[in-house]
Amino acid sequence: MAVIRDIHTHRSLVRSGTASCETITRGFLDSIREHESLNAFRALFPEESLGRARAIDAKRSTAGALAGVVLATKDNICRKGKPTGCCSKILEGYVSPYDATVVRRLEEADAVLVGTTNMDEFAMGSSTENSAYGTTRHPLDAQRVPGGSSGGSAAAVAAGLVTAALGSDTGGSIRQPASFCGVVGLKPTYGRVSRYGLVAFASSLDQIGPLTRTVRDAAEILQVIAGHDPSDATSSREAVPAYVDALTRDVKGLRVGLPKEYFTTALDKGIADAIMSRVEFLRARGAVVRDVSLPHAEYSVATYYVISTAEASSNLARFDGARYGRRSDGTTLAEMYTRSRSEGFGNEVKRRIMLGTYVLSAGYYDAYYRKAQKMRRLIVNDFENAFREVDCILTPTTPTTAFAVGEKAGDPLTMYLSDVFTVSANLAGIPGLSIPCGKDAKGLPIGLQILGKRFDESTILRTGDFLESV
Amino acid sequence: MTAPSGFEAVIGLEVHAQLRTASKAFCGCSTRFGDEPNTNVCPVCLGLPGALPVLNRGVVESAVRMGLAVGSSIAPTSIFARKNYFYPDLPKGYQISQYDEPICRGGTVEIDLDGGARRQVRLTRIHMEEDAGKSIHDAGDGTLVDVNRSGVPLIEIVSEPDVRSPREAALYVQKIRQIVTYLGICDGNMEEGSLRCDANVSVRPAGTAALGTKTEVKNMNSFRNVERAIEFELNRQIALLRSGGTVLQETLLWDAESNTAHPMRSKEEADDYRYFPEPDLVPVTAAEAWVAQLRSELPEHPTLRRDRFEKTYGLPRYDADVLTAERGTADYFESVVRELGALGADSAKAASNWVMTDVLRVVGERRIDIAEFSVPPSSLAGMIRLIGNGTISGKIAKEVFSAMLETGERPERIIDERGLLQLSDETAIGKVVDDVIARNPGPLATYRSGNAQLLGFFVGEVMKQTKGKANPQVVNALLKQRLT
Ligand SMILES: [Zn+2]
Repeated sequence: MAVIRDIHTHRSLVRSGTASCETITRGFLDSIREHESLNAFRALFPEESLGRARAIDAKRSTAGALAGVVLATKDNICRKGKPTGCCSKILEGYVSPYDATVVRRLEEADAVLVGTTNMDEFAMGSSTENSAYGTTRHPLDAQRVPGGSSGGSAAAVAAGLVTAALGSDTGGSIRQPASFCGVVGLKPTYGRVSRYGLVAFASSLDQIGPLTRTVRDAAEILQVIAGHDPSDATSSREAVPAYVDALTRDVKGLRVGLPKEYFTTALDKGIADAIMSRVEFLRARGAVVRDVSLPHAEYSVATYYVISTAEASSNLARFDGARYGRRSDGTTLAEMYTRSRSEGFGNEVKRRIMLGTYVLSAGYYDAYYRKAQKMRRLIVNDFENAFREVDCILTPTTPTTAFAVGEKAGDPLTMYLSDVFTVSANLAGIPGLSIPCGKDAKGLPIGLQILGKRFDESTILRTGDFLESV
Repeated sequence: MTAPSGFEAVIGLEVHAQLRTASKAFCGCSTRFGDEPNTNVCPVCLGLPGALPVLNRGVVESAVRMGLAVGSSIAPTSIFARKNYFYPDLPKGYQISQYDEPICRGGTVEIDLDGGARRQVRLTRIHMEEDAGKSIHDAGDGTLVDVNRSGVPLIEIVSEPDVRSPREAALYVQKIRQIVTYLGICDGNMEEGSLRCDANVSVRPAGTAALGTKTEVKNMNSFRNVERAIEFELNRQIALLRSGGTVLQETLLWDAESNTAHPMRSKEEADDYRYFPEPDLVPVTAAEAWVAQLRSELPEHPTLRRDRFEKTYGLPRYDADVLTAERGTADYFESVVRELGALGADSAKAASNWVMTDVLRVVGERRIDIAEFSVPPSSLAGMIRLIGNGTISGKIAKEVFSAMLETGERPERIIDERGLLQLSDETAIGKVVDDVIARNPGPLATYRSGNAQLLGFFVGEVMKQTKGKANPQVVNALLKQRLT
């Protein structure tokens, strides 16, 4: 069984020779096997991981920043020589010939990447029920979902099967499962982390980020994966600050905003109370709390579903059976395409491809896609205005805690509404952090979301680290 | 042109020019033509999951230079868009192109009509895009795809419907080819597909303004085919209209073998390309200072150069056209003239003759670029100078030229080594003349009896004796003197 420790401790143990990376890795591999019923993993690479661990042990004091850290990556992040399938049937048998930039950076920092985690197919979903490889179970209640789409990553971290995991967040896919599972989830600023090697869902919204047990660990992982990548034209050249150094636990004078559009009577009382209790901690330690307004918040889900499906319909066009992945037979080219895609994609993915194709079609573009782009601009403005008044914004991460398996599976609209608090950060390109914030009456974790200015992960990490400490 | 039928042709052209950048538009793969299939590929141009495009700035530079050469306005910011459609040689399921915010707008291309008149063809736009791979249909039972070409950069030059005849269309494409090769941004090879042309063709009753229904003609891979295909399509439309039919908006593929165009797909079931801004790329910027620098570095426009050749060197229009058709030829010619120095202006016609006939013949025969031609301009100029000062005759010069071609040696050295120096000494030539007259009493008698035509016979004999080295003027003078 793995012993739960933070990244700093793992690094110190390995560098000082007190514990071997190999023993640590074995411990986690054992835990993963013991928790197979969670279905958190898509693929495991035990032998290779142990080999890497031994190589890291040989470096000892010169081992990298993530020495002793056992990590998992979501199944949509390319790993050279390994299956990268986005938990879709259409990528059955596909092995990536190259590593994603984040994978390379983690390995250069001596992390051990033991396996890939389960997810909603192509990151489309909020429950991991859309995986072609079965639903991941909530670590605290097997009848509930872990959230999604990075549900496998969240469940693995929550169950102590890895120290940290990478997820991807297009509309809340890191923060929502982090919230459901009671762990920390960070969606960095758009452009902060390279998307090279992340199988695209919606290119203008996707961002890779860490799921961890502590805010400090999230800062440690971000430190390694953040920064400009010449292979990603949308990655920023903005300097990467020392995130861990920002965790001062000092919130005196911090200006905290509460969007009045989110804190309405419709909000679940248990969740509202949990958030407000944390707000009181901040106030007590000298933070200045005030209401802010995000007037276009109510349009964010609609805007998000137009833009994300439009981009997805194009991004997923390459999965046609012609070059890699699953191919169905057909007597004509059109039939081969149709059958490969009909049989290869799951229902939710097909639904979104159809929606996206529709909103980009001649005659509908202006009414949907162009209008959504305009609304996106207004949402960006909302945040710019709000951040003139405050340094960070607090909201619930999700409107409910973890729901039951099957509860929303037949009702896509209700499922889409689980993203209501998270999608605007993707639309605005700002960073968002979800941290655990107590439990509801059923004992299920509640998540608190902290939103920050573009490229100001430091402030939201500092705020989250403070709240975690009280 | 008003066709004899009473219809007027309205033609717009879309020319795709493959850019000569060393690497592809959005990845580092080589753009080399003719390599083993699927060897110049990487995750980006294969469209593998997770791969992202990064713009090669050389593509922007080429597009801007083309825009400047034809007087387009250059957008300070332009954006790439995705053109979505399914085809096996399109690995991503979309082509990265430009749509409503292209890099260049407007501009004109001037073409020289056969009668000497000039016509301005207005341009709508020039935009950047990537090429697709190549489907190979005739390889056994299946279709094979070569992805080497996928991601190779193109510019698409779109004209307004200003072209009025098949001949004008061919002249327009030739002019585009000349401009892109002058700029060095495209090798202009239509057979290899580096330059491709599609035409939008319609007809209308002469004198009317409304546009008729247009068809798009594709797959015209030579200037000749451009002309023939459009001719075919115009005739087809006119015949159709005359017989009371209507033209359908459709795309036709030209088949050079059968001299016909076949419908490819009907626009009624037209593809909706669902263009939208490419989210993986940031907007393309073209800073004013950079554009100004590119403008200052542009080579002389071929049309201006042609006009200058006529004026400065006093060359006939025909010569100026031939010499400026390719930038390399014009550069070579001007180097020769420069080498001739003070003699330059006077000998320009001589230089023109040598370049147009002998140099271009060899370049053509050897299928080489004039830049690889083995006789440097200084050697050709040296030879022309030697003809001018009587050191060698024009006839000997042909021999010297061949020798320079084979050996790469300077003309003076060849003349020296081979003893080709022209004989002008009257005493020496006089001996040969006397000898020839003495040995040919028959012809002499005939000549003296009034048959002056026999002078040629005696000149030939003297030249034969002197192995062509005797100065023909001296030979002529001496013969005339001594034969009478
Ligand atoms: Zn490539």
